[in-house]
Amino acid sequence: MAVRGAIEVDVELCKGCGVCIVNCPTGAIVLSKSVNGKGYNYSYMDDPEKCTGCTNCAAVCPDTVITVYRVKI
Amino acid sequence: MNISDIIKPENKVYAKSKLLLDKEMHYCPGCSHGTIHKIIAETIDELNIQEQVIGISPVGCAVLAYDYIDIDWQEAAHGRAPALATAIKRLYPDKYVFTYQGDGDLASIGTGEIVHVCNRGDNVTVIFVNNAIYGMTGGQMAPTTLEGMKTATTPKGRSHISSGFPMKITEMLALLPGVVYATRQSVDTPAAERKAKKSMIKAFKSQKLKKGTSFIEIVSTCNSGWKMTPVEANTWMRENMFPVFPPGDIKDETGL
Repeated sequence: MAVRGAIEVDVELCKGCGVCIVNCPTGAIVLSKSVNGKGYNYSYMDDPEKCTGCTNCAAVCPDTVITVYRVKI
Repeated sequence: MNISDIIKPENKVYAKSKLLLDKEMHYCPGCSHGTIHKIIAETIDELNIQEQVIGISPVGCAVLAYDYIDIDWQEAAHGRAPALATAIKRLYPDKYVFTYQGDGDLASIGTGEIVHVCNRGDNVTVIFVNNAIYGMTGGQMAPTTLEGMKTATTPKGRSHISSGFPMKITEMLALLPGVVYATRQSVDTPAAERKAKKSMIKAFKSQKLKKGTSFIEIVSTCNSGWKMTPVEANTWMRENMFPVFPPGDIKDETGL
């Protein structure tokens, strides 16, 4: 059964450490070119097609800014 | 399928624990402390013991831990968290008591306190965050600093001739009969993070069995102190710290 996922990043709280990016098994997350209110490049889901909702990014996020959604299709 | 079809409350599979307060963490980007706070909050949430937990926060970067996790806290003088944990546990034997300490706090100024709490076998959990450096004060050498590692006070690298060897405090404490559970974990990858959480659940459960002290060392990073990016620091930790501080259970007599 195929699954589709999506993440929501609390952009203003993200510090752009990039730990979620290297731990994403499908390479769905990248750092933004623009910055948030604190001046950090925040992470966001670049390619929604790739996300499987595995929660790996959220598990390693030190600031717990990622919420993960998953749906079976 | 649109993203708006996926992002719906009924499809939520991971969200911030309700025990983590909304206050923004003061830690540097990528700091392991944030991840460790998260697994503590999730552990307490999963065991549903929020009202029965008392945490002791240390001196060091995690001094403000009480601002982030919604449980009762007590702040200890530098290194004295285990002594305070003993007192609180004896006054409230039915509460879950844990200390949260860094390597400068636990392995340096507080060595006496931690050895004796383990020797008495008080039913408390010790969470020991080992990043091999004094992070808060500017990256000075700690007892756990690796040989050859450059810090603010060892600019040519630590030498055992002048500064001794990196202290394997978890192995030392595991020798004491009062310690029922001694383990070393990390939180650098999702798998390691989930394993660390499992060991934390075991440690909290073992408090109820009243068999002795449970000790969790978490090998972590201090990317600011090490002068690396967070991702580089995680790699450096795996390559350099794990050979000296290998992850895994050192002692487990909990029977859980």
